[in-house]
Amino acid sequence: MKVKNTILLLLILSIVAGSTFLALNGIKVGKYEVVKAKDAIDLGLDLAGGVYVVLEAQTDAKGAELQKIMEQTKTIINERVNALGVSEPNIAIEGNNRIRVELAGIDDPQKAIELIGKTAQLQFVDPDKNIVLTGKNVVGSEVQYHNTELGQQEIVVGLELDKEGTKNFAEATGRLTLEKNREDRIIYIILDDQIISYPAVQSAEEGGTAITDGKAVISGGFTLEEASELSALIRAGALPVEMKELQTSIIGPTLGLEAYEKSVKAVGIALLIIMIFMIVMYRLPGFVASIGLIVYTLITVLAMSSLGVKLTLPGIAGLILSIGMAVDANVIIFERIKEEIRMGKSIRTAVDAGFKRALTSVMDSNITTLIAGVVLYYFGIGPIKGFGVTLIIGIVASMITAVIISKYLLKLIVSLTGGKNPKLYGVNREVER
Amino acid sequence: MNIIKNRKIFAICSLAIIVIGLLMFFIKGFNYGIDFTGGTLIEINAGKYIPVDEVREITDEYDKNASILHGGENKSELIIKSTLDLSNNTVTEIVNKFAEKYNIDRSSFQSEKFGPFMGKEIRNKALLSILIATILMLIYISWRFEFNFGLAAIIALVHDVLIMVAVYSIFRIPVNSSFIAAILTILGYSINDTIVIFDRIREESKLYPKESVGNLVNNSIKKSLTRTINTSITTLIAVVVIYILGVEDIKVLALPLMIGIITGTYSSLFIASPIWYELKNRKIKTAK
Repeated sequence: MKVKNTILLLLILSIVAGSTFLALNGIKVGKYEVVKAKDAIDLGLDLAGGVYVVLEAQTDAKGAELQKIMEQTKTIINERVNALGVSEPNIAIEGNNRIRVELAGIDDPQKAIELIGKTAQLQFVDPDKNIVLTGKNVVGSEVQYHNTELGQQEIVVGLELDKEGTKNFAEATGRLTLEKNREDRIIYIILDDQIISYPAVQSAEEGGTAITDGKAVISGGFTLEEASELSALIRAGALPVEMKELQTSIIGPTLGLEAYEKSVKAVGIALLIIMIFMIVMYRLPGFVASIGLIVYTLITVLAMSSLGVKLTLPGIAGLILSIGMAVDANVIIFERIKEEIRMGKSIRTAVDAGFKRALTSVMDSNITTLIAGVVLYYFGIGPIKGFGVTLIIGIVASMITAVIISKYLLKLIVSLTGGKNPKLYGVNREVER
Repeated sequence: MNIIKNRKIFAICSLAIIVIGLLMFFIKGFNYGIDFTGGTLIEINAGKYIPVDEVREITDEYDKNASILHGGENKSELIIKSTLDLSNNTVTEIVNKFAEKYNIDRSSFQSEKFGPFMGKEIRNKALLSILIATILMLIYISWRFEFNFGLAAIIALVHDVLIMVAVYSIFRIPVNSSFIAAILTILGYSINDTIVIFDRIREESKLYPKESVGNLVNNSIKKSLTRTINTSITTLIAVVVIYILGVEDIKVLALPLMIGIITGTYSSLFIASPIWYELKNRKIKTAK
């Protein structure tokens, strides 16, 4: 029994030590790689460096219409960001009429912000420089295949226009079909003062008519690549509404990294001091709590990296605080055990009774806090939401470690030491009785 | 230690702080951070101390009222706050001027711009979340304990929030998004602390049904005192470490957290339980 338990205890300790080593240093075996915990966590922009912008749509639209506009805007911004070549951009609709764009590690933030927020730079202009359509009239644009008169397939760029665009386009194409010279029938498609395409309307002689259904195609012997690029440019050129910059944040990559490095160090030191405190206060149980604390930190880090929670500065503060609070359940339990020992119970019974009697207290206090965490996550936005997640992860992890791991370990240790010496539990029975 | 006997003294102490805080608030208002007022914040890690006068030589051109702060080790971090909504180009211009003059790497700066609207929105959402959380916690505590416990816990919570608000307005700590984070943290911490003590009162009242309410409360607090103090110590250790080792942005958060933790502990011991005592006593009296 004793041998078996000793092996069990050593096994648990070495698993904890091994996981800690993995989390600190990472490992690479052949193809498989476990990265350092420090690198596995997604960093928020305040730590990773980068840009974030919150844009607000300037429109009176409401409900479903607003939702449609926002979805459209999001798609367009997405395309513009992709054109910048940013890896893993984060673009999200926030509230009803806002879009948050987060770009990590970007060289020229100013340019990025300008590009993202630009509205309606797309224009369709006739040869007399009249603006026929603007970007907001273009509902969609995509690559299509068309059958030519000769029965061949041709790649074209299809356009779909809104109501106002349809009307204007019908009027303009109707007028232009009457012109004799090709150059008088051209509609210039201009993006940012640059002509990206200049298709001509078919003349009446060639059988061309006014385009009245709001659907047009641009043909001209495109390759697939050329056609997709043009349609993407047309789509990206048109934000349906003006977007106003509400909040911008630019964080230099070095500052963020420095903050992160310092914070990781702070977490380590806080852990160490708390462990020393617990061991001094509670001796053997304190040692168990320290193991529990390491496991707690591992669980939290693992949960954060696998749930993809982005770590931010306030998040770190929340995390460090939760480490401080994580031992609370242990403190409650150990105080109870001490009480039981002082009442004259054997250590074995005292440990059992301590866990049992502290359980309602631990559960009730944590569930109450959990309620707060869930509400903050559910109703909060931005930083409040992030805070809620950290709180929830922290509470669940601390319950697991305190109620399951600490209990198991402590019982194991009691069975090994025989539980004869109350001093090992921070109780001086002779004096205190 | 007779907490019930001295309950009026504790209540008066707390009320005094809250009243002073509220007075200060009405006279001078909050020291709002720019995420509430709107404006621009530029942080430059200069690597060395740059005197305010020299900073002003550059910044005066853009905003004469900009506030200049130093932070970080050796005061080498420069924080420029302007309530003006500076354009991105202007921000780049300012940063470039510093970068050239003091030979600073351009990756060592950060800037933030806020519309005044953002802060209000976050604040309103936070208030709404706190309100809903409070009601749900009240329901849970009433169900697990009794309504009086729930009510007392929530009053203690309101007490903590008011003390935090008072501290912010007395010491003129900037009220920004961290303020909300701090309040939320204290909300979680304080209620946790209070419930543990209430649990003890509940248990003691079952064990000793004939004991007077006053003695019950006093004994329960006495028995959970070591635990309360030790938990506060471990939590404080964590916060103090961030305060000492952390970067400027985290320090701003750590200071009010320290105050909040102390307040949360104090209110769990000296405010929540006496309030429960009062509520309980009133009931007994009316029953008779």
